Amino acid sequence: MNKKHSALKISLIAVVFGLLLGFLVVLITGRSPMDMLYAFIRSLTGYNLAKPDKPINLMYVFNWLLEAMPIILTGLSVGFAYRTGLFNIGGEGQFMVGSTAASFVALTINMPLVPHIILCLVVGMLAGALWGFIPGFLKAYHNINEVVVCIMLNYIGLFFSNYLVRTFLEIDPNTNARTVAFPITAVLPKVTDMTASQFNYGFVLVVLCLVMYWFILEKTTFGYSLRATGFNSEAARFAGMKVKRNTVYSMMIAGALSGAAGAIVVLGVFKYGRIFTLFDNYGFDGISVALVGAANAVGIALSGLLFALLKSGGNNLQLFNIPKEISQLIQAAIIFFVAIQYGVILMLNKFDGFKLKLKGGKKA
Amino acid sequence: MAYAIEMLNITKDFPGIRANDNVTIQVEANTVHALLGENGAGKSTIMSILFGLYQPTSGIIKVNGKEVHISNPNIANSLGIGMVHQHFKLVDCFTVTENIILGMEPKTKYGTVDIKKAAEKISKLSEKYGLNVDPYAKIENISVGMQQRVEILKMLYRNSDILIFDEPTAVLTPQEIHELMLIMRNLVKEGKTILLITHKLKEIKEVADHCTVLRKGKCIGTIDVKDTTERQMAEMMVGREVNFSVHKEKAQPKEVVLSIKNLNCNNFKGLRAVKDFSLDVRAGEIVGLAGIDGNGQTELVYAITGLAKSESGSIFLNGQDITNLPVKGRLDAGMAHVPEDRHKHGLVLDFPLKENFIIHCYKDRPFSVNHILQPQKIDEYADFLIKEFDVRSGQGKESKTRDMSGGNQQKAIIARELDRHAKLVIVVQPTRGLDVGAIEYIHSRIVAQRDAGAAVLLVSLELDEILNLSDKIAVIYDGQLSGYVNAEDTDENEIGLMMSGSIKKVGDCHE
Repeated sequence: MNKKHSALKISLIAVVFGLLLGFLVVLITGRSPMDMLYAFIRSLTGYNLAKPDKPINLMYVFNWLLEAMPIILTGLSVGFAYRTGLFNIGGEGQFMVGSTAASFVALTINMPLVPHIILCLVVGMLAGALWGFIPGFLKAYHNINEVVVCIMLNYIGLFFSNYLVRTFLEIDPNTNARTVAFPITAVLPKVTDMTASQFNYGFVLVVLCLVMYWFILEKTTFGYSLRATGFNSEAARFAGMKVKRNTVYSMMIAGALSGAAGAIVVLGVFKYGRIFTLFDNYGFDGISVALVGAANAVGIALSGLLFALLKSGGNNLQLFNIPKEISQLIQAAIIFFVAIQYGVILMLNKFDGFKLKLKGGKKA
Repeated sequence: MAYAIEMLNITKDFPGIRANDNVTIQVEANTVHALLGENGAGKSTIMSILFGLYQPTSGIIKVNGKEVHISNPNIANSLGIGMVHQHFKLVDCFTVTENIILGMEPKTKYGTVDIKKAAEKISKLSEKYGLNVDPYAKIENISVGMQQRVEILKMLYRNSDILIFDEPTAVLTPQEIHELMLIMRNLVKEGKTILLITHKLKEIKEVADHCTVLRKGKCIGTIDVKDTTERQMAEMMVGREVNFSVHKEKAQPKEVVLSIKNLNCNNFKGLRAVKDFSLDVRAGEIVGLAGIDGNGQTELVYAITGLAKSESGSIFLNGQDITNLPVKGRLDAGMAHVPEDRHKHGLVLDFPLKENFIIHCYKDRPFSVNHILQPQKIDEYADFLIKEFDVRSGQGKESKTRDMSGGNQQKAIIARELDRHAKLVIVVQPTRGLDVGAIEYIHSRIVAQRDAGAAVLLVSLELDEILNLSDKIAVIYDGQLSGYVNAEDTDENEIGLMMSGSIKKVGDCHE
């Protein structure tokens, strides 16, 4: 029954409903929904419709794209595991260990600019892969639920990272809450100095990961066996595929993607080693992005951009005198509508039946 | 005679396909009316229309003489039409009563659910129609046949007068089928009307009064069952003469391909399921393994194919000891396996058909080169298999396997496995739930495989199938080999006795 309605249609409906709900709440609280629209359009284009005489400010656009980079990566991370029948809720932990490992390479190794950056990113990804390996291995060979292990590893990742940073890296004496700044060779360079935005060359890695994600899953024998395992692990086993090994690899790749997100954020935005107080929520945002993007590469890219727009637009909202929580409300509503997709399908079917009746009525 | 249901000149179009073409079905009250047709003939569509799941493109439906518009299942329910689905819709951890009242729970004066009152009503209904169901039993603890009666009770509890049975016997044992037939007669006697969807001719002959035959969406005709033979019905259904017995030459057995020696295996509960089992299968012969369900067949097949470990004993394939090889190693050693559970083991249902065809060989040339899939080769191969094995589906090789009919799913597996040209072919329940046309076709392909020199081990619960196809028949009872005879030297009766463990006859038809 549900094949009539594609994942794309459901996601779009969820987005529209989410936005409508946001509009409604803004309206009820006595503010102008048009202002909300202006805030988002400003992030999207740099235009300020409220003050049309002012020039375009591209900073807003670059900030939007910057916001999209890590959540597309964590979205790919969740999506990759999902396609193999696994739920990677450990994005947070993988993100933090990736970020910490990259900080270590940045601060302890002396190298010229390009190789240094690449080494930082690679080590960050490897650390994430290790954090993905643990739940993958336990799931495959000891049948321990990966969700539980992932959640525990999120906290272990948080405190372990902080311990390592405090113990082995040089702490900034002024704040005592972070390391000293990275050397310039380990900072992801900004794409343009035109604006104050931190938008940097990390986007190359994001695009690369998107292409690889699509290529591995759709075009390679490895991806074929991963998808078979995800859809029906018993049939994969029956066909002689190495289901356990696939589980481990899939979680490692998922971990590497989240680790990459951690690395580009710390190398491109913070530019110093962080001591975490709480989760940044990039890993959890990845779950929403993968869900709305239906776990395929194009979908994740689009939904990543959408959620980033809501986040960066949310910051603009305050300039228009609207609380930025509205944007979180919209995000939550979108996820909610995707999560109740069977309800949405039911509604669509009812709607189709209604249309049918109208047509029948006209004929008679 | 009054008609309980009349579906007049029903046509239903789906995009690109006409599922029902001017179909007329008139069901007399207080009769069992069968709807016969191959998979994909449009039986399910017409029943879905009657049940309100689809709207007809044109045509009229009358219930008890009055014209009605059934736009959703609730309307069908209120008209007294109830459906017993092929796959039961029951909550396993609920009791019979809880399942039956689900959605219309009777309340006590305190607003809590009045289980006691409901259970009493269910007991009475159960008694009246001879269903023999315990209202307080949990679904997970009762047999499949009993679960089906719970589904029937659900309809009766909701005062349905017209009961639709969708392929009700597909999941039942022969004894349960017989009981179900009695129950159906009972229901009719008590004033109910039954519409029976099936492709099993024996059942129609046994229980139905009238039978409407559908073929490719068209109504072929409605017949009086008692004046028509099974052969005539089969011809109406398939559109040509049908061979019930398989035509095959005498087997030319050659060298031993599969040799099982003193094999012991446990089932998933850790209990001994296969005991000291030895059997040889030679190239160019079909060995049928007969037995009542649950006597160790599944465990034996798992052990041979590597899906489960064996405890002791050994298995040889072409003289190579494969006892401890992984699944892939065994497949590569020359084994093909048509599994018992085609949805669980045979297919990745969410894959398009073409991707299911390469599930064994995706790593090999020409389907992949240096780990990169070669879509063009995969497409070509899929087209070849679809043509060669007559696999039918909506969008050809791109069809999602889940959307295909059961018969065509099975044909796809048969195509994939037989085209590997393996020395040993293990075929488990190859025709379960399939219609006459598909059965005939699959049987002929299995025989062709034998004639091409393969050793075939056929495991089936259908005695007819074993007797028809096999050159030698082995019987398993309680995990032990209780019979091994030449197919031509035995009959149904003798095999039946061996299946129940009453006699043991492990003759020496080893040459």
